[in-house]
Amino acid sequence: MDTAYLIETVIKVVVILLIFSALAGIGTYFERKVLAFMQRRLGPMYVGPYGLLQVAADGIKLFTKEDIIPTNVVSRIFKIAPVITAATAFMAAAAIPFLPQFTLFGYTVHPIVADINIGILYILGIMGVGLYGPLLGGMASANKFSLLSAARGAAVFISYEVVTGLSILAPIMMVGSLSLIDFNEYQAGGIGDWIIWSQPVAFVLFWIAAFAETGRTPFHLIANDHEIIDGFGTEYSGMRWGLFFIGEYANMFFISFVIPLLFLGGYGDGSLLGALGLLAKMSFFFFFFLWTRAAWPDVRPDQLMWLCWKVLMPIAVINIVITGLVMMF
Amino acid sequence: MKNEQFNNRNVSNGYFLVDIEDYPTDGWGKFKRVVKRTFRGELFVGLWVVLREMIKFDIHTIQYPAEKMPIGPRYRAVHEMKRLWESGTERCIGCGLCEKICISNCIQMDTRIDENSRKEVSEYSINLGRCIFCGYCAEVCPELAITHGGRYENASEQREHFVMYEDMLTPIDKLKSGNQLEFEGFGAITPHEDERVKKTPLAY
Repeated sequence: MDTAYLIETVIKVVVILLIFSALAGIGTYFERKVLAFMQRRLGPMYVGPYGLLQVAADGIKLFTKEDIIPTNVVSRIFKIAPVITAATAFMAAAAIPFLPQFTLFGYTVHPIVADINIGILYILGIMGVGLYGPLLGGMASANKFSLLSAARGAAVFISYEVVTGLSILAPIMMVGSLSLIDFNEYQAGGIGDWIIWSQPVAFVLFWIAAFAETGRTPFHLIANDHEIIDGFGTEYSGMRWGLFFIGEYANMFFISFVIPLLFLGGYGDGSLLGALGLLAKMSFFFFFFLWTRAAWPDVRPDQLMWLCWKVLMPIAVINIVITGLVMMF
Repeated sequence: MKNEQFNNRNVSNGYFLVDIEDYPTDGWGKFKRVVKRTFRGELFVGLWVVLREMIKFDIHTIQYPAEKMPIGPRYRAVHEMKRLWESGTERCIGCGLCEKICISNCIQMDTRIDENSRKEVSEYSINLGRCIFCGYCAEVCPELAITHGGRYENASEQREHFVMYEDMLTPIDKLKSGNQLEFEGFGAITPHEDERVKKTPLAY
């Protein structure tokens, strides 16, 4: 492994970490603004112009807050749990091509940390490991509501792993590769080549499962609102809670990148227009996360399980079978 | 108008029972209900409603310290002491009725006879920590001297926050510029009251 490659990878990792940590903060700003506008409010207004510096104020607050480790918690696991959430969220980003390759000062940059040939499998696997953040955090918290929330979260995550995996299987069969770059090249021919036209069912299933994987509102059961408290994060304070938060928002951003890359043509042919198109699609999916939070109520845990095992999973299996039959003949 | 139409508490023609389908009991019925609910697109109605509100941008927020809600003239906040319009002297005659009627015992006053042998208020304070802003003092005042004002933002280092007579009294320059507001609310005389006054018949 030569030094140039090593330096390039380290720089890419640092850039992605910095950009998406900052985006997680700005994401909270957008979430508060969008929700406020949809509810005829103004949202944050006082810190900076139009409340833009609210993100900085929140960040300072989180960083300087006292780090409380309650008396009866299993302290080592309690401390490591938020790190798992944030770390797995960022590790999943390693296989995502954020932009098409471009030339900077005569040097060709591939904006993907590692184009591994198991890309989407790696992303889904790492996001699955992210389950251990809420689970261990809730179990170690010595708080029964945290424990309940952790159990609920684990049930949701594990169930929807099935839907995610099965729904993505049919497009993988068509493309014949797990790398997101191969996915992109398969659809590079234009709008007509997008996988969404041949796999609309898989697209909808994956999109629904993405809400469960990120724990966003129709399936926001890990931090249950009707228990009034913040689920597994109840006992956390300061930056440890902030890490959970950054992990959740980074996950939302990464999933919003993955959906267009898989189904909506990604960055297309790699031109500037294609790159902007990918960013626009990502923005839409991120906005949709906020939009549903304003519009839809949460479902009950048993309804969620019913939806997963009795509706979505059979549909995904049928979709795979039909895709296989069509490909065979 | 008669009261009978209000006393009739039977369900009148305007009421109807909402048409709710029976819950399905067998599997096929449940399946049909799921399919119907799935494809009716109610989720998109919800999405459209919130998006419409966002596009209309009809914001109802009042940015409080910069903007304030208008309050009614009958609002009962911190008391004010009025002056006579003609002479500018204080209206309070020191009768002590407000102190007497105050149900939370928050008004304390002291009076003396001044050199013109007129009664004069020497001490007057209201303990705002005790005051329940009932408005009895303003109602009982024979001279319309103590009224309620619209200043509802109180901050103090202790709960027993007193207002002194001098703080409540209309400043003399505010009176001269004609800005003393009469309280229209609780305890004030009704408008055009003098037209309704009847002369006392002297016949008996």
